[in-house]
Amino acid sequence: MHIGHDHPHAHGEAHDPHAPQGDHDDTLDYYRKLEIAVRELLIEKSVLTADEVRRTVESYESRTPEGGARVVARAWVDPEFKALLLQDATAACESLGFDMNVFDVKLTVVENTPKVHNVIVCTLCSCYPRMLLGMPPAWYKSRAYRSRLVREPRAVLREFGTVLPDDVAVRVHDSTADLRYIVLPMRPEGSEGLTEAQLAQLVSRDSMVGVTALPAVTA
Amino acid sequence: MSAAQAQGTVLSPGDTVAVLDADVPGHIRTPFYVRGKRGVIERAVGRFRNPEELAYGRSGEPMRMLYRVRFAQAEVWPDYDGPAVDTIDVDLYEHWLRKA
Repeated sequence: MHIGHDHPHAHGEAHDPHAPQGDHDDTLDYYRKLEIAVRELLIEKSVLTADEVRRTVESYESRTPEGGARVVARAWVDPEFKALLLQDATAACESLGFDMNVFDVKLTVVENTPKVHNVIVCTLCSCYPRMLLGMPPAWYKSRAYRSRLVREPRAVLREFGTVLPDDVAVRVHDSTADLRYIVLPMRPEGSEGLTEAQLAQLVSRDSMVGVTALPAVTA
Repeated sequence: MSAAQAQGTVLSPGDTVAVLDADVPGHIRTPFYVRGKRGVIERAVGRFRNPEELAYGRSGEPMRMLYRVRFAQAEVWPDYDGPAVDTIDVDLYEHWLRKA
């Protein structure tokens, strides 16, 4: 199965894009009940307040890949910021106004160069740089991506359309502990005259996971 | 306890290490695919509470030094068919490493 997509059907297969979606409000399964019970107990015993729970959920859900794109664009135009980002990503992101306190892990930026292409995975579960990219896509959490990226990274990258010559090292990063990785992609060719805001528009989520490189900008 | 801990030493970037080839039960963060493999310390990240203890509601102390260890793909997968420059970095705690 092609892992660049999260739908299992073959391409070209007839399907109705307007078919009714299944309800998601009727899945009161074991883990859902457990979560509700624990949350209600913590609130009842004044360990947490409902407002703290809400604020944390909102903080997670408010993050999107646009956050990461802002950080990348700043690193492309500001060498001092880039140096700080590579050395202490938390401090660098805080200087741009990101609240990094919600996450009890160490953000680490890995830089692509003409000789090194980085790509991230979590083989144990689905660790992801949520502070800058938000929620991970379904394929990132799939067993196919998690097992194959470490075993045959170049084949997986090819499926995302990323073909790298043999003299470019493919560097896989498995987030097994307290680090969360994000890739600093190379600035696209042809982007010299663009503003920081325009540059941020070029930065895709997948380029920050490392499964793609950014295409050249054509006038 | 690893050899490095016993000596009270901290591993340095460039040091060659071997991952313990242990099969222990519990919440273990060391992937099977690097157990028994040799890699090189890329950096010492810092000390963190031990997740193998935290997972069971314990304190996670003593804190454990965490390292980024870089492995050649050809070392991890003997039949790896990509170029020799390809690597994989894995975050590993000190008690899984010994200097090699």
